[in-house]
Amino acid sequence: MKRILVGIKRVVDYNVRIRVKPDNTGVITDGVKMSVNPFDEIALEEALRIKERGGAEEVVVATVGPADTQAQLRTALAMGADRALHVQADGIIEPLTAARTLLKLVEKEQPFLVILGKQAIDDDNGQTGQVLAALWNRPQATYASKIELTDTTARVTREVDAGLETIEVDLPAVITTDLRLNEPRYVKLPDIMKAKKKPLETLQLAALGIEPRQQLKLARFEPPPQRQKGIRVKDAAELVEALKKKGLL
Amino acid sequence: MSAKILIVAEHDGKKLNVSTAKCVTAARSLAGAEITVAVLAADCAAVAAQAAQLAGVGKVVTVDNPANEHALAAVYAPQVVALAAPYTHLFGPSTTFGKDLMPRVAGLLGAPQISDIMALESPTRFKRPIFAGNAILTVESSPEAKLVGTIRAASFEAAGTGGTAPIEKANVSVELPKHTRWISVSAAKSDRPDLQTAARVISGGRALGSADGFKILYSLADKIGAAVGASRAAVDAGYAPNEMQVGQTGKIIAPELYMAVGISGAIQHLTGIKDARTIVAINKDGEAPIFEVADFGLVGDLFQVIPEIERLLAKG
Repeated sequence: MKRILVGIKRVVDYNVRIRVKPDNTGVITDGVKMSVNPFDEIALEEALRIKERGGAEEVVVATVGPADTQAQLRTALAMGADRALHVQADGIIEPLTAARTLLKLVEKEQPFLVILGKQAIDDDNGQTGQVLAALWNRPQATYASKIELTDTTARVTREVDAGLETIEVDLPAVITTDLRLNEPRYVKLPDIMKAKKKPLETLQLAALGIEPRQQLKLARFEPPPQRQKGIRVKDAAELVEALKKKGLL
Repeated sequence: MSAKILIVAEHDGKKLNVSTAKCVTAARSLAGAEITVAVLAADCAAVAAQAAQLAGVGKVVTVDNPANEHALAAVYAPQVVALAAPYTHLFGPSTTFGKDLMPRVAGLLGAPQISDIMALESPTRFKRPIFAGNAILTVESSPEAKLVGTIRAASFEAAGTGGTAPIEKANVSVELPKHTRWISVSAAKSDRPDLQTAARVISGGRALGSADGFKILYSLADKIGAAVGASRAAVDAGYAPNEMQVGQTGKIIAPELYMAVGISGAIQHLTGIKDARTIVAINKDGEAPIFEVADFGLVGDLFQVIPEIERLLAKG
């Protein structure tokens, strides 16, 4: 079956104001709204559009994380994914562990395409897609803003610092999404009801043969230094004067 | 443990990108670090000569290969891995070049990566922003393992020149993948300074109202030699191309002067400018969050203020 695998991560919602715990051991997540990582939503939307155009037969979403993560998988199923895989794991999952786990799922599901978000908006690591592509020994196309598929290739327009770069990769491949790839659909209530009946399989990390290795220690979390609040100027003349005085104009 | 650092150079085939000089400065903050710059290109000579002049660089290694004409991560990564053995740290810039390449290198090595390093406190202790810069994380790595990292360019000054490092051709014989092919790149042609390195940047937001509205910014920018940027809202509205975007999902910049014009100052935008020396905000909404971080704030109609500034400067 022509299948696309999409990675989903549960993250603190985009609109939540992040606060560091007073003991500097993390950020406050108690009672905080959690959501699907926005870039992963874009990844899922793209997979669904490819399927709706007849370019794929099945869209499978997968996540590595604690039991709570199933809520985000249900959201993904409500958006239109056909089934979900939940690899249960507690504690910190480093990108290398996430990629090794996804590789196991890739071997099991044999997708022709894996689409992931370019980064998660919590740890901002931006590594998992590239690490997966390396471990899988397959092409990567990161920061995609346009994807054109043939039976054997993907032509991907990438948002790079210089502008838009186009590369062509052989399938199967890993693609990571940038913001302008698409605008994800809203989930409708009947779809949420339907999603409850869609298959969600729970797997154990150990059963996949993955030992979660933590190679980095998250030693201390701190709030960022605050900028000093500046002064108000009344008009353009006063502004130009002030900037000239500082040697900036 | 003294650090032996390999920095993968970013370049366009002719010119070394300033992000590489910033990586060198970052590496130099580790006392006693031995710094090597790796240049991969179809023809490395010009870029290698520039890298050799960077102060603090101990050696430049080059890998000439026609396959290296364009920086494809899948092609570069196995070559970087082939060079990696003697080094404790492998660094690249936190630009789209380095962010694409370095995790692939880390994956091939099975090594951990620390992304967006903003401070190096020791060879095994680093600081990086998380949650769009809303928290700063101190990360510790193990001295036994090789560490891969990307360097947040906006946190470091570019290394100066004056160095005379030896240039060595590296012997790299690894099979390179053919599954990834470069097709093209399209960039808006501009005579203005590069957004990421400009000393002055003027950015516009949705309040500019149209692509036409941005013309008053271009005009002022040309007068003061500034680059022009845009908020995500302005890019999404089609007023400016994406390569002008400043913020969490665009470019992270650190100019001497940053003028935010008609930009409300969403946290995702502020992430991109928090290292700017002086921030000027011009907005008709006096309550806009941009004023919280601005050194100079002016509440007013940008369509009057910007031409007025230009006129005042013309008068001298």
